[in-house]
Amino acid sequence: MITILDRIGRRFIALFEQTGIWFDALWRTIMWAFRPPYDVREWFRQMVRLGVDSIPVIFLTTMFTGMVLALQTFTGFQRVHAEQFVASVVSLAMLRELAPVLVGLMVAGRVGSSMAAEIGTMRVTEQIDALKALATEPIQYLFVPRVIAGVIMLPFLCVLGDALGIYGGYLVAVKLLNTNPVVYKQNTFQFLDMNDVYSGLIKAAVFGLILTLTGCVRGYNTTGGAEGVGRATTHAVVSASLIILLSDFFLTKILF
Amino acid sequence: MATISLQNLYKSFDGKKVLNDLSIDVEQGESLVIVGGSGTGKSVTLKLIIGLLRPDSGHVFIANEDITEMNEEELNRSRRHFGMSFQEGALFDSMTVFENIAFPLRRHTKMTEAEIRARVEECLEDVHLPGVEKKRPSELSGGMRRRVGFARAISLKPDILLFDEPTTGLDPVISDVVADLIVEMDQKLGTTTVTITHDMKVAFKIADRVAMLCNGKIIEQGTPEEFQESQNPIVRQFVEGRSEGPLTEGF
Repeated sequence: MITILDRIGRRFIALFEQTGIWFDALWRTIMWAFRPPYDVREWFRQMVRLGVDSIPVIFLTTMFTGMVLALQTFTGFQRVHAEQFVASVVSLAMLRELAPVLVGLMVAGRVGSSMAAEIGTMRVTEQIDALKALATEPIQYLFVPRVIAGVIMLPFLCVLGDALGIYGGYLVAVKLLNTNPVVYKQNTFQFLDMNDVYSGLIKAAVFGLILTLTGCVRGYNTTGGAEGVGRATTHAVVSASLIILLSDFFLTKILF
Repeated sequence: MATISLQNLYKSFDGKKVLNDLSIDVEQGESLVIVGGSGTGKSVTLKLIIGLLRPDSGHVFIANEDITEMNEEELNRSRRHFGMSFQEGALFDSMTVFENIAFPLRRHTKMTEAEIRARVEECLEDVHLPGVEKKRPSELSGGMRRRVGFARAISLKPDILLFDEPTTGLDPVISDVVADLIVEMDQKLGTTTVTITHDMKVAFKIADRVAMLCNGKIIEQGTPEEFQESQNPIVRQFVEGRSEGPLTEGF
């Protein structure tokens, strides 16, 4: 019994410790973001790596999600003769929920993991010590460009995901299920307002912060050689995905 | 006061005492080599000197300034006086050799690209490695990586050079080449140098003074000649590389 309680206690302590480390890293990243030198070239490099290079993955994920969403809702709505609402459901779901979450999860898997691996390898090969020895703050040089890239590029990827998801739904509904294209287009925008767009973009920016910072923190605190780098990479994806899904609920509640 | 002064340093990791009341001074322009077995705290000592680690207690004075009291920003200012070469070079593998050496110049000076290019070429010539600017660290041999690490360490013309196991993993000939290079750089730049190694041949070649670290403190120090003639049984066993003796009791 004591062993079980001991284990639970240790888990909780570890969880609080990790949370503390994460928020400490967030605070230090914000502080160092406003101090010179501003390595703008590195910021753009990270934006390209995180944003532009993720376009093919986002293209496939969001487009097919839009398509399958139209297919599923059509099947359901047909039973109650409400097929005309398929377009509205697809657009609302994509804008408010699916595009930001899918983009967040996909980029966490693609980029968050590689950030953890890259920074983790730097840690175990003493490159982070070398940065410090060269009078360069690792938080400023490694964290700041990546977090800025995440916060700026995720909303752009989200807009792309919104458009592709809605277009995927349109393709299925019009070409496969023979819905009237004019009516579908009309219904797509009929119940939307700007808040639906904004809330999705705010979520995307927060998810961008979460996935980049989690990748950086996990990589930075790597211990134990190649095995440690592997562990950090896995933890980065799992932690970032969990935090994204948990914070999604609270953000939705706040932004509703 | 000496350029580097370590006073009563204690450092533990997970309850294991690594440094136990370590004190030593390094005079300006001197080349100190700290020797000792694996796990005796040599690397920890070097990291304390440059502020990569903080001691549990004790003080590290660099040019009369106590760096143990400094915050990260003040430490970064102090570190500009240092050049440090790491065990495996610790070159940034996402960059070319040129970018590695240019890195501190770009961050801490207002030099133009032409001036940076000239300085990088000069540093590479100092380590007898011209023409490798465009190569990636992964394309270099172990000895070349160390030398590029040296070039990066001297690019800002530091006052103090630190070498962490500069010859570990290199063959005897390349080790000797690297040792010659350290002596040459030391003489040319007139820096204060601290090297840690367990290679006695290298230690005797580059040192003005050799100090031996054992059980977390300095147990013997002196010129290479004095050190070689030491009657301390621990030093004798280490210098002669014998398996039997006080260092291996209980093994």
